[in-house]
Amino acid sequence: MMDNIFGVAGTALNAQLTRMNATASNLANAGTVATTPEEAFRARRPLFKTIVESMLNKADTRNGPDIKGGVKIDQLVEDPAPVRRQFDPYNPLADKDGFVYQSNVNEVSEMVEMMAAARSYQNNVETVNTAKHLMMRTLDMMRS
Amino acid sequence: MNFIDKDFALHERALRFRGQRMEALSSNIANADTPGFKARDVDFRQVMKTVRTDSLTATQPKHYETEGGMPPDQAALMYRVPFNTSFDGNTVELSIEQASFGKASGDFQATLSFLENRVSGIRRALKGE
Repeated sequence: MMDNIFGVAGTALNAQLTRMNATASNLANAGTVATTPEEAFRARRPLFKTIVESMLNKADTRNGPDIKGGVKIDQLVEDPAPVRRQFDPYNPLADKDGFVYQSNVNEVSEMVEMMAAARSYQNNVETVNTAKHLMMRTLDMMRS
Repeated sequence: MNFIDKDFALHERALRFRGQRMEALSSNIANADTPGFKARDVDFRQVMKTVRTDSLTATQPKHYETEGGMPPDQAALMYRVPFNTSFDGNTVELSIEQASFGKASGDFQATLSFLENRVSGIRRALKGE
C-alpha cells in the first residue's frame, strides 16, 4: 500500500535525474562544431512513459525496476531542429567551402528544461518525505 | 475478540483507502511530465457505497448512501476532469495534485489519530488504570 508510494516516486526521481543528465550533456555540447551536418551534435531529450500493468511482465530493468503507476524513460529522441551553418574558414574542422556545422542546442530552452526537471524532482522528494512521515506515525502507534 | 475487531474494522478499512488514494496521487505527481498521461483519483462516494455498516443511515439528502457489501481490495480509479489540458495530452495539474496530496496526508493522519485513540483506550482498559 504505502510502500508503493516510495516505488512510484523513486521511478520518477530516476526519470527526472536522467532528464537532468540529458540537459547537462546538451549544454556541455552546445558549442561543439562538426564538418558535416550529419556529424553535428543534436540535442537529446528523454521521452517519458507511464508504467502500466501490461509492461510489468517484461523483464526490462535497464532504468530501474518497473513499478505500476510509475514513470520510465521510453527512449531518447533527437531534436529535429536544423543545425546552424557558420562561416569559419580558420577552423580546422571547416569543410572545403570554409563552413562548420554547429549543434542545434538552444541554451535557453535547455536551462528551462533543467529548472523544470529540478522542480519535478523536488516534488517527488516531497512525496517521499510525506509518505515516510505517515509511515513513521503508523509505526509509533505500537509505542504510546 | 469480536468487539475489538468491530471497533477497529472501520478505521482499518479507512486507513487502507487513504493509503490507496495517496498512492494514486503520488502516481499523478510522478507522471506530471509524461506525455498523454491522464490524472486519476479515487471516487470517495463509490468507496462509501460499498461500506457495510449497521450504524450508518442516510437521514439527510447530503449524506452518502451505503449499499452494503465488502469493500473492494482496490478502489475504482476515475479520470480527473482537468481545467486546462496541455498540448501533449497530459491532464496533471500540479497545483491541484499538490493540494490534494496535502489534504490526503491530513486525512490519513486523522484516521491514524482515531486508531491511536482506540488503541490507547483498550490499552488503558487492559492496564486497569
